[in-house]
Amino acid sequence: MSPTAPLEIHDLTVAYHRKPVLWGVDLVVPSGQLIGIIGPNGAGKSTLIKACMGLLPLQSGWVKFFGQNFSGVASRIGYVPQRESVDWDFPVSVMDVVLMGRYGRLGLLRRPSKHDHDLARACLEKVHLLPYANRQIANLSGGQQQRVFLARALAQEADLYFMDEPFAGVDAATEAAIISVLRELRDQGKTIMVVHHDLPTARQYFDLLLLLNMNVVAFGKTQEVFTADLLQKTYGGRLTILSEVAQALGAHSPSP
Amino acid sequence: MSELIPPFDAHAVFVAPWTENLSIFGWVAAMGFCVAAACGLVGNYLMLRRMALMGDAVSHSVLPGLVAAFLISGTRGTGAMFTGALAAGAVTTILIETIHKRTRVKQDAAIGIAFSTLFAIGVIMTVMYANQVDLDADCVLYGEIAFVPLEPMVSLAGVNLGPVPFVRMLGVLLTVGVLIVAFYKELLVSSFDPGLAKSLGINPSLVHYALMAALSVVVVSAFESVGAILVIAMLTLPGATASLLTTRLSIVHALSFVHAALSAWMGVTLGVWLESSLAAAMVVAGACLFGLAWIFSPKEGLLARWRQRSLPATLPESLPPPETAATKPTS
Repeated sequence: MSPTAPLEIHDLTVAYHRKPVLWGVDLVVPSGQLIGIIGPNGAGKSTLIKACMGLLPLQSGWVKFFGQNFSGVASRIGYVPQRESVDWDFPVSVMDVVLMGRYGRLGLLRRPSKHDHDLARACLEKVHLLPYANRQIANLSGGQQQRVFLARALAQEADLYFMDEPFAGVDAATEAAIISVLRELRDQGKTIMVVHHDLPTARQYFDLLLLLNMNVVAFGKTQEVFTADLLQKTYGGRLTILSEVAQALGAHSPSP
Repeated sequence: MSELIPPFDAHAVFVAPWTENLSIFGWVAAMGFCVAAACGLVGNYLMLRRMALMGDAVSHSVLPGLVAAFLISGTRGTGAMFTGALAAGAVTTILIETIHKRTRVKQDAAIGIAFSTLFAIGVIMTVMYANQVDLDADCVLYGEIAFVPLEPMVSLAGVNLGPVPFVRMLGVLLTVGVLIVAFYKELLVSSFDPGLAKSLGINPSLVHYALMAALSVVVVSAFESVGAILVIAMLTLPGATASLLTTRLSIVHALSFVHAALSAWMGVTLGVWLESSLAAAMVVAGACLFGLAWIFSPKEGLLARWRQRSLPATLPESLPPPETAATKPTS
């Protein structure tokens, strides 16, 4: 067990109204990896992220970041919630939202400085949204909204990122833009954990995969755990998913 | 028909309140402005957080806190009043959350149960201890802002600052304003995205309780002037009107001040003309302003929409249009 692992989870159990959603999760996440969290609906993918961030009460177990409790290292952890979790009619501009990523480093009573504004602009440039900086967030497409969230995460300058379905409902151009930014972050040594539910792309995008269905089915290198056997164990006997898996496997390797 | 509408005397309605009767209506209008502005500032955040109903709840449940504080302390001083209100606000907030979290009852129903019960307890207490507590039922419901100028005046170093309720309300308004400026980013991020706020090390539930505390103090300071029901309009109308006119939070705040000032002035005018409750007239005036914003808002107003429909479609901005690439299905 490395004390400096970006994320270490021990015996984590989370329940909603006494019904366990996740139980007995043990995990040690290595740094500098792009990690996909996959599993069927209700497998607890988002719950895992939220529980790690302390957004949900834990029934048992503990979570450590870089060997410490969350509160000690909050500024090193970035979070991108699901796009639908916020009200896009909120009276703020794209720039305001990206600047929120800086709030954790500002402290009480401090306003964002010129440096923070410059950094936010650079982050917007990276996701190709600089011309939209002063727009109200309601006037954006779904893909643009997701990129605003990504720019905000970049502005956090964190070392470990949690992203909850960043590819849900976005256009192909946005998906490509997001994955290239995530790879760039990974190459800088950051760790990114992404809740994802498209199996064929999961195989292309991620270095490591966490197969989750209420507990950890498998966690390892994508080529080692993306097998029909383990995926079937994760998804149960769901036919549509399995044919998707067969297709995905067939597309990249000769079928057995 | 003519006897239904009082005669309209332009001098008495438009001029007299601001000249020979200024010592009465000046304070009423100033009080009305402070009430609406303070309520507007807090109310803006309630609306952004989709918690407008909490304003409803706290405005009613403040009553038992107020009565209890008067009974225990034996005075009607500001300290007793704020303590009672803060206690009532805390009890309401905690009660609602407990009902909502510990049972299957949803939050809207929990709010309904908690505040109406607390209000009912307050009504019983008001009647039981009517001798000790000088609050009558009418005053509880819609207040009496016209009594403000009759209260004792506060003076500081020989300068007359105004009647006690006004000075108290002004102090509350300034305090709320300073707090909003100081904690602008904490309020903003925890209202927009509580999950992110938490991950940034800002405790969203602490912000929630602080906002509820501010709400309790604002509501109790406004209570005797506008009562438990009209204060709800003061909490929602300024922000609702402003949000039809702008998409920037700082401008929403500024416009709620304009709304507060206009509704105080128009309310006095309307109330004098109709010889009716001035607080109610201010609310009606505020609602008229909301209606005007709804019709004439440059971007979202009824007129603007009607014009857009009748004009040929043109791209209004020079920016590139939103991307139109096909979106992937989400399932």
